[in-house]
Amino acid sequence: MHPALSVILFTVTSGAGFGMLALLGLGAALQPHAPTPAAVIAEFAIAFALTVFGLLSSTFHLGRPERAWRAFSQWRSSWLSREGVLSVAAFPAALCLGAALLGLLPPEWIRPSGIATLLLALATLVATGMIYASLRAIPRWSNPWTVPGYVALGLMSGALLLHAFSTAFDAFAGLAAAGDFTGWLALLLMLLGLAVKLGYWWSIDHAAARATIESATGLAGRGPVRQFEAPHTADNYVMQEMGYRIARKHAKKLRRIAVILGFALPVLLVLGSILVPGAAGAAILALLSVPFMLLGLIVERWLFFAEAKHVVTLYYGAAAV
Amino acid sequence: MTSLPPPSPKKLGLVIDLDTCVGCQACAVACKEWNAGGVSAPLPDHDPYGAQPLGLWFNRVHGYEAGEGRRARTVHFPRSCLHCEEPACVTVCPTGASFKRAEDGIVLVDEALCIGCKLCSWACPYGAREYDYDSGTMKKCTLCIDRIYNEAVDERSRIPACVLACPTSARHFGDLGDPASPISQLVAERDGVELMPELGMKPVNRYLPPRPARMGDGAAEPEALAPVVPAEPGRGLLHWIDRVLSR
Repeated sequence: MHPALSVILFTVTSGAGFGMLALLGLGAALQPHAPTPAAVIAEFAIAFALTVFGLLSSTFHLGRPERAWRAFSQWRSSWLSREGVLSVAAFPAALCLGAALLGLLPPEWIRPSGIATLLLALATLVATGMIYASLRAIPRWSNPWTVPGYVALGLMSGALLLHAFSTAFDAFAGLAAAGDFTGWLALLLMLLGLAVKLGYWWSIDHAAARATIESATGLAGRGPVRQFEAPHTADNYVMQEMGYRIARKHAKKLRRIAVILGFALPVLLVLGSILVPGAAGAAILALLSVPFMLLGLIVERWLFFAEAKHVVTLYYGAAAV
Repeated sequence: MTSLPPPSPKKLGLVIDLDTCVGCQACAVACKEWNAGGVSAPLPDHDPYGAQPLGLWFNRVHGYEAGEGRRARTVHFPRSCLHCEEPACVTVCPTGASFKRAEDGIVLVDEALCIGCKLCSWACPYGAREYDYDSGTMKKCTLCIDRIYNEAVDERSRIPACVLACPTSARHFGDLGDPASPISQLVAERDGVELMPELGMKPVNRYLPPRPARMGDGAAEPEALAPVVPAEPGRGLLHWIDRVLSR
């Protein structure tokens, strides 16, 4: 599959944003008392910025972005439509939660709006994963690891951002480092995310082919079938969009790069931010983990597309997908 | 609505005879000609006379080799929308632009609703949908809906342009939902097959497999030729990344 930059940026940033909102909701549901108002504003602003940036960048993928509003209509059948509806529904819930934490709404609002934010943000992450997992024509995506992958990586990146910015905020406000809880949470979720991603890679490496050139052409039972001549001399839309081949051969190296940037370095930096004495050092280490993780997730998401083979490539010479 | 209608008794579709298809491309050209002026018009071509032409076609004729040695045979294989009974391209559509007609099962795109998200082309296993880079919308085979019901067209010609153009009568059009229709009888007689039934889209179109070849036995197998693979050095950022990672 062609890895469109707009879709990679969208899934990475909106995944992190909704992961962050889910954790903010979880925090409020478990512990309904407000942190400092400035921290609330900063954390919600970052989560909103990420989700809005993600949703906007997804519209750059569209041929007719001015009609994007129509995508909210077919939630009965389409996971893409459901993702749109859920993501937009998460905003009022998160706004209520932020307002309640700031004291603009009564404190009784904190727990219900926290639960609503948590559930809607999680549902959005599941819907994003289901868009890919429901495509039977792309066997490497329609497997049981795809949805857990989107949820785990969204929560993981959200937790890391939350840790980085709350630690930085504490240091800036001259507070003693209180980022230990978010740090351990980020560590736990990063290990979970890594486990799910390794599981996904293991699964796509070992999955049996779902379709063959013989079943695609209806010529089974007469020996091997191979492409003799293509129907056209240059690539067409189908080959450009679904037949992406470049750098699949580098998959192993890129996976290592994704693991080092996206998981190993952030784990070490977060561990450092917990162990280092002093709020400023902790904040620097925690903030430093964010660009590495985002870069690692961009490589991971690029691989998610580039490694996924579409069964239509069978018509263009692939033997089995 | 992108939810599927209840299954229709009438299932209009094509049957393609892989035994008689000679790969002349007449169906592909006739399709392009009719549809470049029909409801899906235009079907743009970019750089048509340049080094990298990119055109929008609803019908593409592939060539395959099946089998090995002297028993191998060349099979010409026209590929277009199969108007599936359970088309994933329709249910994934977020806007309602993609739909399946309840009355005859034809799968269509309402271009006025299409946002060009391309998800339908990802969902289709058969590569039946192509994107119009100019209009920013998805286009596909309409089974010549603007011909088959068109009272301005001579009655004998109210069949898809590809079927009308085929010089070897390798293409047949009709109601595959009616077991008594000539086209269903042909499928039964020739053991017509479904493409990729394992993906569960329940395609309506059928392909008639090539008949066994007649040949005298005992002749020697010809020697295989070594393949010639052209290697072209690439330019640009991705090729640079490719070279760095290849070290």
